[in-house]
Amino acid sequence: MSAAPFDPTAPLTPSGNLRRRRLFSRFAEYGATSAALVAVAVLAIVVYSVAVEGASAISLDFLFEGAPVGIAPELVGTAELVAIATVIAAPIGVLIALYLTEFGDRRAAGPLRTTLDLMNGLPSIIIGLFIFGLIVEATHKQSGFAGSVALAIIMLPIIARGTQEVLLLVPANLREAADALGVSRWRTVLGVILPSAMGGILTATVLAVARAAGETAPLILLDSAFDGSEVSLNPFEAVPNIPTTIFRLSEEASPTGFAQAWGAGLVLLVFIMVSSLCARMLLARTRRRMAAQ
Amino acid sequence: MSIESTEFSQIVAAAPRRVRIQTGPLADAGTATGRPRELPVESVFEAQDVSVFYGRKQALNGVTLRIQRSRITALIGPSGCGKSTFLRSLNRMNDPVPGFRLEGQVLYHGHDLYAGDVDEVEVRRRIGMVFQKPNPFPKSIYDNVAWAPRNLGLKQGLDERVEKALRGAALWDEVKDRIKDSALGLSGGQQQRLCIARAIAIEPDVLLLDEPASALDPIATASIEDLMHSLKGRFTIVIVTHNMQQAARVADETAFFGLDAAGGEPSGALIECAPTETIFNTPADPRTRDYVSGRFG
Repeated sequence: MSAAPFDPTAPLTPSGNLRRRRLFSRFAEYGATSAALVAVAVLAIVVYSVAVEGASAISLDFLFEGAPVGIAPELVGTAELVAIATVIAAPIGVLIALYLTEFGDRRAAGPLRTTLDLMNGLPSIIIGLFIFGLIVEATHKQSGFAGSVALAIIMLPIIARGTQEVLLLVPANLREAADALGVSRWRTVLGVILPSAMGGILTATVLAVARAAGETAPLILLDSAFDGSEVSLNPFEAVPNIPTTIFRLSEEASPTGFAQAWGAGLVLLVFIMVSSLCARMLLARTRRRMAAQ
Repeated sequence: MSIESTEFSQIVAAAPRRVRIQTGPLADAGTATGRPRELPVESVFEAQDVSVFYGRKQALNGVTLRIQRSRITALIGPSGCGKSTFLRSLNRMNDPVPGFRLEGQVLYHGHDLYAGDVDEVEVRRRIGMVFQKPNPFPKSIYDNVAWAPRNLGLKQGLDERVEKALRGAALWDEVKDRIKDSALGLSGGQQQRLCIARAIAIEPDVLLLDEPASALDPIATASIEDLMHSLKGRFTIVIVTHNMQQAARVADETAFFGLDAAGGEPSGALIECAPTETIFNTPADPRTRDYVSGRFG
């Protein structure tokens, strides 16, 4: 028998390499904490600077008038573009999620999920180029509809994956209960599964809306040749929208344009943050309700 | 919500006749093949040498068993001996389980349940099931019961149908004043009776109960057992239970399942099936005797 590696009767203060291990541990802890703080700080600084720079531009006229005073047409236009994109993407996204969780072949589900994740990572400018070739070249003009289709492609994987996650939370015993009543699968989906998951589906949709509302690259290609002085709703013409207006105003060599760009940025930022927060709250409520079962 | 309406008798008359449901072909209309096999009138199910596999694992080996009409048959035995597997094979609830495979034949009123032209949704419309854990839908009490009839097109006299089902499940008096409240607010025992009401609302031919009382306290269990006595005669009932006293109290026939290692790896098998009194007093197989007298399991 060799001697014990330490003296069990020694005082219980750090011995051996414990001091060094402690130091490393503390180093790692501080590193992780400060990285987390950096993330919060970046968001805080961005929000703060947009708020400070943009606040001076915000006024009732700014929100309710057209160019050159305000951005009302752009606000309405962005709402319209995103609404059309949602109408296209939400049903398809929910159906994809239903295929993944309720109907699909297990072997097809994996590759389809990967496809959606890859789609989520597609650079938006490439989606813009694709739709440019598909719609703008064919119709020889930019249009809000072309922009909406591009936004729908961006929203689709977010809605599909988000809905899939929440459908997986629907308890399996509800499906069993419905099966045992001799009700067909589609009726079960409509009557039991979708209502249980509705909160989560809304969440996924709102998150996708928040993402799409700020997308700029595809709109520069597809929907930037507009006159921002009046509200124009025809989606088959170019529709004024906020992201490209921010882009255009910030390129102008005039201080008022620049201030307006900040103002429009603030409006967009507030919209996106409020809708994201609402989405999170909705999701938390859905999760609580499902956990209660 | 009143049962006094004059419509009620008409509705009952208009309700699907159970006799027709029981003997009609299970396949979608027009695809029936041949005449049903002749069976003694009282048999609802006839399992012939049924073996069940989940992937490579055999769960059930060579079960041959008759289940009689309008009676209560209990399936008892130790855990893992295939009772629930057998029960779920009777209305094809095992179909979605990955790797599930069934050999042998399960005849339901003479029709092979696993024949190619049999529609499993039609099977479950006639053979209802209640599960171990109460699983009400996150809907109102009324909608829980009304949902399946609505989807099956039984929309006439829905209120009366719901009331009849809730009365049948001995729940009506407790919930009649809050029928639009969420079912999730009911106690466990009430939820389970609601699940039974939901199952009988579509007037199935058979009720399969998979340990319906095992998640409930003794008082709720007693009410479920009372309920089974009152449902006897209207439905053919098959119940899986871990509780031998429960089987002795409610069942006319009892089937004892055990583990059989004859084919190498142990798998579930039917040891014997007989009238409940015989199983508990004079069982033929020593394994049954050991189990019911509490010597193992």
